[in-house]
Amino acid sequence: MLGSTLLLALREIRRHILRSILTTLGIIIGVAAVVTMVTLGNGVTASVQEEISSLGASNFIVFPVRTDRGTIRPFDEADVKAVEQQIAGVTIAAGTVAANATAFYNGQDWDTRVVGSNNDFLEAQSITVEEGRPFSKDEEEAGKNVCLLGLKVREAIFVPGTSPIGARMRLGGVSCQVIGVMEERGQGGNGADDDDAVYLPLKNVQRRFRGNDNLDYFVLKYDPSYAPSVIQDSLVDLLRERRLLQGEQPNDFNVIDTAQVNQALGAATGALTAMVAVIASISLLVGGIGIMNIMLVSVTERTREIGIRLAIGALAREVRLQFLTEAVVLCALGGLVGIALGFGASIGLAAAIDVPFVFDPMINLVSFLFAAGMGIVFGYYPASRASKLDPIDALRHE
Amino acid sequence: MTAEPLIQLEGITKTFGSGAAAFQALKGVDLTIERGEFVAIMGPSGSGKSTTMNILGCLDVPTGGVFRFRGVEVQKLDRDQRSLLRRRYLGFVFQGFNLLARTTALENVELPLLYRGENKTQRRESAMRALDQVGLVPWASHTPAELSGGQQQRVAIARALVTQPDVLLADEPTGNLDSERSVEIMQLLQRLNGEGITVLMVTHEEEMAAYAKTIVRFRDGLVERIDRSAHAVEGSAV
Repeated sequence: MLGSTLLLALREIRRHILRSILTTLGIIIGVAAVVTMVTLGNGVTASVQEEISSLGASNFIVFPVRTDRGTIRPFDEADVKAVEQQIAGVTIAAGTVAANATAFYNGQDWDTRVVGSNNDFLEAQSITVEEGRPFSKDEEEAGKNVCLLGLKVREAIFVPGTSPIGARMRLGGVSCQVIGVMEERGQGGNGADDDDAVYLPLKNVQRRFRGNDNLDYFVLKYDPSYAPSVIQDSLVDLLRERRLLQGEQPNDFNVIDTAQVNQALGAATGALTAMVAVIASISLLVGGIGIMNIMLVSVTERTREIGIRLAIGALAREVRLQFLTEAVVLCALGGLVGIALGFGASIGLAAAIDVPFVFDPMINLVSFLFAAGMGIVFGYYPASRASKLDPIDALRHE
Repeated sequence: MTAEPLIQLEGITKTFGSGAAAFQALKGVDLTIERGEFVAIMGPSGSGKSTTMNILGCLDVPTGGVFRFRGVEVQKLDRDQRSLLRRRYLGFVFQGFNLLARTTALENVELPLLYRGENKTQRRESAMRALDQVGLVPWASHTPAELSGGQQQRVAIARALVTQPDVLLADEPTGNLDSERSVEIMQLLQRLNGEGITVLMVTHEEEMAAYAKTIVRFRDGLVERIDRSAHAVEGSAV
């Protein structure tokens, strides 16, 4: 019985194919919108998370800011050492500086960035050596001319397939020996490309490229068993003290808590999702009313058919089931089309706005079931009206 | 089987509307129909013949009186219970054929079986047998639009027959047909009646009524006269 009801519903829908498509347009658009937005939202979240994780696995990023008087007071290694030694729970504190330079090797050249960073910094930021070795203690302390290559620099100036390890290359006026190549990283959190960089011992870059002992910023990691707020408070206190800031003077530095950034982004995505849900519900509601409308038209058009069925001995619930099935099938088909459209749109848009395409089976399933559910909600009244028709009147209907 | 008559109407009244607008279509109809009868119900329009037919077809319930069908008091049944009675024991043929458009003759005939929960093979088999009874097997896959009026009415008769009902109710079955087709339909009904099915037919044409064994004449909501086995049409079958 259900099988033939289903077939009948499909046949009715096919019979009025254009009308069926137009009717389900609301549902198709609603479902497509939900699927697209949620899929893109997932993609954005994923790419933001990737970006955050490339901000570093570090917990805090500390950098100086311009004061009211327009001056910037940079941090130096002494500050970093003090933080590491005096604040309980801090496991790593490491500073960094960067400068622009052109890399030369074997007649090839490439404009890139030199980054002064000791192993501690690389570790805090989860930048790992893929080939070769990291800096030795000795190389860091002496600021020796050894370097680690970002993947892009290697590709730009070294012949593919040959190992750059041991090669002597030049960075601007400084010559250095390649001791390792870094793992691929992608876009860094500060907008810089971590793959398009050459890493040298911090002291080397400070001395030879910058000519001072300043740091651009420093990062720190702490033992997760400590409360972040406690560490942040003692960090701020310590730095204010070291920078001789009086009571009411504002901080001339900034501390970014990556966990908080993460949370804020999570909240933003949540708000976005909620907004999409509201828009989608409105679209689906409109779609549902369209379904109800067309089902009422269908019941009126087929009054005589309903009369025949009732005269032949169809029970009220059998007639109701027939029309309800039709509404549900219509909505479910709309849902499927919507999912397909949403799928295509999310792949296209994800590529266009450069976020990863993250397929979420759950949202597809939920959208489909929701669409089918709309059929029940909005198909019930017309179906119930059909089932209550008087067979004699229905048979007389022209 | 008991000796009870198939259909028994006792003091049936039917009032449409209420208050000042009330109209009494039936004013106390008494009628008994035995198994195997072929009854023609006649009368001028407004005489109550169609109302009676609707009540006999369990499509409508009387306002007053007792209607026993196979001993069951139909006026006490609810809508769905009456549907089940129709499904099991009654077959309908209408003046306007009332076939489902864009649906083949075979599928139209199968329709009542769908509500009996029979499987596809059973349905096909019974429907083909019914189409065979009305001589339309070659037209099984044609839609009503591709059939003549007479053929459409024969499909409708096949649809009424397919459930092997006790009673075939025909409301002006020849009303939309020319005289030649009408005679064919009447001969078919007569033959089916000869095979044992009880036929109740509403008509306003004396020539058609002449095929029946009994003619019940209505006037002003009452049975005016019953002519039993008045005459059989010359040269007709059985």
